[in-house]
Amino acid sequence: MNETTRLLPWAPERTGESTPLTPPPKRQGLSLGAMLYLPLRLAWRQLRAERARLLSAMAGVMFACVLVFMQLGFRAALFESATALLGGMRADIFLMHPLTTASFRPEAFPRSRAYQTLADPDVIEAVPIYLAQTAWRNPADGSRRSIQLVGFDADAGALRFEGIEAVADALKRPDTIAFDRRSRPEFGPAAAMFEAQGAFDVQLGGRMMQLAGLVSIGASFGADGNAVMSETNFRRIMRDRSAHVIDLAALKVREGADIATVVARLRATLPPDVMVLSRPELVAHERAYWENATPIGFIFAFGSLMGLIVGMVIVYQILFSDIANHIREYATLKAIGYSNAFLSRVVMGAALILAIIGFIPGIMLSTWLYGVVGGATFLPLRMELERGATVFGLIFGMCVIAGLLAMRKLRDADPADMF
Amino acid sequence: MLAIAPVALSGITFSYGEGELRRPVLRDVALDVAPGEIVLLTGPSGSGKTTLLTLIGALRAMQEGSARVLGLELAGAGEGARVALRRRIGFIFQNHNLLGFLTARQNVAMALEMQGTLGEADRLARAGELLASVGLSDHTEKLPSKLSGGQRQRVAVARALAADPGLVLADEPTAALDKQSGSEVVHLLRDLAKKRGAPILMVTHDPRILDIADRVVTMEDGRIVSAAA
Repeated sequence: MNETTRLLPWAPERTGESTPLTPPPKRQGLSLGAMLYLPLRLAWRQLRAERARLLSAMAGVMFACVLVFMQLGFRAALFESATALLGGMRADIFLMHPLTTASFRPEAFPRSRAYQTLADPDVIEAVPIYLAQTAWRNPADGSRRSIQLVGFDADAGALRFEGIEAVADALKRPDTIAFDRRSRPEFGPAAAMFEAQGAFDVQLGGRMMQLAGLVSIGASFGADGNAVMSETNFRRIMRDRSAHVIDLAALKVREGADIATVVARLRATLPPDVMVLSRPELVAHERAYWENATPIGFIFAFGSLMGLIVGMVIVYQILFSDIANHIREYATLKAIGYSNAFLSRVVMGAALILAIIGFIPGIMLSTWLYGVVGGATFLPLRMELERGATVFGLIFGMCVIAGLLAMRKLRDADPADMF
Repeated sequence: MLAIAPVALSGITFSYGEGELRRPVLRDVALDVAPGEIVLLTGPSGSGKTTLLTLIGALRAMQEGSARVLGLELAGAGEGARVALRRRIGFIFQNHNLLGFLTARQNVAMALEMQGTLGEADRLARAGELLASVGLSDHTEKLPSKLSGGQRQRVAVARALAADPGLVLADEPTAALDKQSGSEVVHLLRDLAKKRGAPILMVTHDPRILDIADRVVTMEDGRIVSAAA
């Protein structure tokens, strides 16, 4: 354009008597940037040309995205709630019997092990914990249900639950308990009754106990509800439990001490009838039980896979029909010197564009759904960066496989058929 | 331009099918095209014209014989060499075969992308010049669906000539056009190719356009039966 405007009106370039420009120098091949950018741009232009099809492809990827997000979200939430009791215990290090598979079925170990850890210079406090399940009578309708009891010295600082500070003094009185306000509703409106009328009596394992406060732990797979009390009160309910075998011990380390070092030292010194675990290890141990002993992990992995397969089929259909409908154009491009590799990159580019434009509304919709569904089910559903990255990886992989499958259709574009 | 003939064919024999179904379409064809020459290939359907054109255009693998096109021996040439050769040939098809989702200008620029020599702005500028030279300077930003049949085929001519091809191959470019626009397109093609010195090999049934030819070659049953000047 600029080339011709600078010429005189009778220049041969203007009158068309010679070639408009000098022929391009003979250099074959594209730069790497152009090799990636040009197919991507062609793919985008092709996708953009058909709005309805682009929207349906986007909806397909978005659907797969939401499905996978929901499955992974439910899975994480269920595992998180499965370990609510142990996850709610705030302490640095725990001791547990090696044969304990899950907190609702603990193996007891000698109480003296807890105090032996105090020989370590960095351990400043050791709190024995008693665990048991017994029957709770619903204060509203009298029905009975199994509840998890946690007996420990609430005054000691080593083990904390959310809300324990406010009830620690009340728990020192005989025959008192603190009820977990996040227990399932089947236990009755105990929390609401406490807030309305103050302390009242409830029947626990055949004994009348005073509900003197509330803590916040959460229902887990092993226990639908929890009650926290002192060691003495625990043994008042569980009369056959002896004081010198405990189910768990919580340790507190000196400020600034490295927990991993202390754990390693304790493992070396303590006899093999106890396991030494940091808090994340304890939660992971409990979670591993639910992952391996139940098909929960499999069910959600299967659900995610189904979502990905449906999404892949949709993306494949879109890419395939795009190629099939434009087979003459693809063959023409081959005829004028476009290589198979370039056209394969066009298909791949279309797959990746679909992955991205489907993922963005997908993650937005999933975040919103997490809020709605989490509010309705009390499951801890949250959008996490790591999960977002995982799902994007899965969606990306899904689109790549769909692209690879659709690419085979390119072989049908035979430039020799064009004449 | 090239001192040697852009197209030199000898002993070309080609068959479709295998075994019992083997059906020969070309028998011992020899044909040379001189630099700048316009050769029209005519003959009844099934006489092998189109097959010959696809062989010269490196769109099909050779079977027997020798074909030197723009200096490349096609017998035994690999896929990569054939793809590279196609970039130096301008193709015009019976249907325009423009990409429906690209404007006229973008369609022409597509032929320049593979050269890897011009930047995006230069490609589009050059595409604009070519469209102007086929009389479409007012239609550069239109999609093919907004153009008439003759206009589309003129865009196809611009695309075929965009990369300064050493040879133009055309297969019945006027078949889908009425008399006037068909005649316009082929005359335009002839004028532009002549200016560049690019030879044209065109398959046609259309007697109305025989006047543009330097030479008319008639084929029958896979053989060249006459070559009238």
